[in-house]
Amino acid sequence: MDYIIEMLHITKEFPGIKANDDITLQIAKGEIHALLGENGAGKSTLMSVLFGLYQPDGGCIKVRGKDVKINNPLDANSLGIGMVHQHFKLVHNFTVLQNIVLGKEDTRNGILEMKKARKKVVELSEKYHLSVDPDAQIQDITVGMQQRVEILKMLYRDNDILIFDEPTAVLTPQEIEELMAIMKELVAEGKSIIFITHKLNEIKAVADRCSVLRRGKYIGTVAVTDTDKEALSEMMVGHKVQLTVEKEPAKPSDVVLEVTNLTLRDKKQGHSKDVLKHITFQVRKGEIVCIAGIDGNGQTELVETVTGMAKPDDGTILLNGEDITKKPIRYRSTHGMSHIPEDRHKHGLVLDYSLEDNLVLQEYFDPRFQNRGFIKKDAVHAYARELIDRFDIRSGQGTDTIVRSMSGGNQQKAIIARELTKAHDLLVAVQPTRGLDVGAIEFIHKQIVKERDEGAAVLLISLELEEVMNLSDRILVIYEGEIVGDLDPKETTVQELGLYMAGSGKGGK
Amino acid sequence: MQKKRDHLGFLSSLFAIFVGLLVGMVILLVSNPAQAFQGFFTILTGPVTHGLKGVGQVFYYATPIIMTGLSVGFAFKTGLFNIGAAGQFIIGAFAAIVVGIHGKALGSAQWIVALLAATIAGFLWGAIPGIFKACFNVNEVIACIMTNYIGMYLVNYLVSTNASLYDKIRNYSKDVAKTANIPGMGLDKLFEGSSINGGFLIALIAVAIIYVVLQKTTFGYELKAAGFNKDASKYAGMNEKRNIIVSMAIAGALSGLGGAMLYLAGSGKHIVIQDVLAAEGMNGISVALLGLSHPIGVLFAGLFIAYITAGGFYLQLLDFPTEIIDIITAVIIYFSAFSLFVRVFLLNLQKKRELTQKANEKTKEGGTAE
Repeated sequence: MDYIIEMLHITKEFPGIKANDDITLQIAKGEIHALLGENGAGKSTLMSVLFGLYQPDGGCIKVRGKDVKINNPLDANSLGIGMVHQHFKLVHNFTVLQNIVLGKEDTRNGILEMKKARKKVVELSEKYHLSVDPDAQIQDITVGMQQRVEILKMLYRDNDILIFDEPTAVLTPQEIEELMAIMKELVAEGKSIIFITHKLNEIKAVADRCSVLRRGKYIGTVAVTDTDKEALSEMMVGHKVQLTVEKEPAKPSDVVLEVTNLTLRDKKQGHSKDVLKHITFQVRKGEIVCIAGIDGNGQTELVETVTGMAKPDDGTILLNGEDITKKPIRYRSTHGMSHIPEDRHKHGLVLDYSLEDNLVLQEYFDPRFQNRGFIKKDAVHAYARELIDRFDIRSGQGTDTIVRSMSGGNQQKAIIARELTKAHDLLVAVQPTRGLDVGAIEFIHKQIVKERDEGAAVLLISLELEEVMNLSDRILVIYEGEIVGDLDPKETTVQELGLYMAGSGKGGK
Repeated sequence: MQKKRDHLGFLSSLFAIFVGLLVGMVILLVSNPAQAFQGFFTILTGPVTHGLKGVGQVFYYATPIIMTGLSVGFAFKTGLFNIGAAGQFIIGAFAAIVVGIHGKALGSAQWIVALLAATIAGFLWGAIPGIFKACFNVNEVIACIMTNYIGMYLVNYLVSTNASLYDKIRNYSKDVAKTANIPGMGLDKLFEGSSINGGFLIALIAVAIIYVVLQKTTFGYELKAAGFNKDASKYAGMNEKRNIIVSMAIAGALSGLGGAMLYLAGSGKHIVIQDVLAAEGMNGISVALLGLSHPIGVLFAGLFIAYITAGGFYLQLLDFPTEIIDIITAVIIYFSAFSLFVRVFLLNLQKKRELTQKANEKTKEGGTAE
């Protein structure tokens, strides 16, 4: 086969961790090559090596059969390698056109020449059906559009080897479909694509071949058409993965959380609509109640009021029969509420603290960890070790690792370890598996089911239908701040759930 | 890893000092080429060539700026920029001289009461921007600048309109009682002839206390968490508003105490009625930056800046105008405060070196294997 890129025996080490260990990746011309692996498997490191952001400690890179040394992204660019990063690198108050030409501007006597650039951009966007308005500002266009700008940036530089780093993580289902179509078109035009992902469906949909990495090691390359999803996930995780959750029927008992008539008004000026409208529900011991709904229908606000981050305008919240509506966050936390927050970087962790300091974030004031205001370092250390063992949290330097340097999956595991180990009767879990790979998702789902079986009440908020159907014992559908459906996952279908979520199930109630 | 990073912080501070000295040298060369090298030598060695008196003088200059540096550094650690040290400093100084002039009845405890009064005054003054930030979301930098000027003019007004405090002829505050001066605690004997006093020991104790509070206590844990990530500290149920206020108040107390230490040093300092912010407050920012906000770092940064300042005085023995001397010491201090910047630079350098080293090793290994 004719390889356009060959990365041979690449090794890359970071303090305490071998991110890439003798990895070989060969990309044929004109194919979509998926790079599959769990979080922290070394995908991003490998691509950073190819893009010149890191220098490999060993191994060599061949582009179009020639040995090359890529010192920085400019080198990569001149070899025709372009990359769409997971987090876009765009200037928000520049126009689309300005962003595309940035770094490769045509000038005449020091004055910008945009005409030629505009012509080329318009041609490219027509050729590949990447319709964007060249004069729109980045901050005014959708995330999907921004991604098109990133793609156009690569095409404008005549790149023919395109790296997509988890491009679908930020997109809606419709945008994902459009992206897949664009990718197919690009290879049809002779470009080669490296597609980094951990979503198996997407690999099946577009990729020709797939290379799998696990814990920094190369596992193998397979043709996608000959391999099923189960086999792929087994290669990725290293053992058989259950894509569905196994659990006993729920045995709900006492009511733990009782929310009555909860109402929250929009505080922003000019809005009179209620964000939460008379929400009433109960969560019992031993059951997983899931709040399903399309993003932005009041889930975030509901969680904020239940956990104490926001104050409701009306209604009451009872925890174990006690009215906690006006109690502060700390009180709820010490009286039986655990909370896995939606945004782990913003709320869940102090990224610049060490792992052990983060593991006691909710309990550092407990007599177990402090004596007259002095932190018992040894006790914190021992506790952290125990949690790291029990939840298999992987990091470079153990308890002292600065959390910022850990992978997303392990950061989430740290939060889950902390919240599940703390004494609690109620677990509020908001999108606990967002952005995680199959292995981590399986682990977290198992933990949540175990929680339930051990007698905790679980309130789960999820946007993923599959997760909702798989995990919950009862589904409450939220639509425009109102609970519009109380469904039993065993007796309902995804289609029916979807109708409720879109607000059309209301009439039938 | 933790140790390695601390080590790097120290290196970067040293490197920043080196760059500062280099730039200072250039200015010396421009202003007076004939005596430049002699002058440079004088700045560097001035304090030590004058025996223990010179060294004592360095400690004396260092005391107030260690306190303001500690104040700014402490607030930095909790994510707040306390640019209000100058105001807290002068308010503390005012409280100290009020007790120093009117509190003769307290006898030998007078100086202790004066220091306490200054600490409390600084605490309250520092709390004001904290309260504004916590309750009304007013940026602490703006509130601090306001309290700087309000503090300065308020003290000017209170001193100059109060006959019992004001020496009209000299336009400054009256002398404090002898018993209000901080005793020497043996240091005055050790460094004979200098203005050093027990204030330096108190500053050392303050450094130790702040270090312990930040590193070992739940209170420090909370403050640092709030500094790193306000949202996470709220999520963990910490009282962020209280933390902001307390943090600013403690920073204010440190500066206020520093103010008392300067004016109760028995070195003939008085609060002069002039429209100038206390320089010690602004120097505190450089001290905190150079010391990377770490209490121990602040201690050494304060000593260094005091050393350079003291060295500058000896330049007067040569043919340098006082303005140039001030510029040179300021430039050295200014550049030295770039240590954070240097730290990033060094980190990158180290990374690169490690990479090439490893690559070299790998190729060597590969070579022998073949």
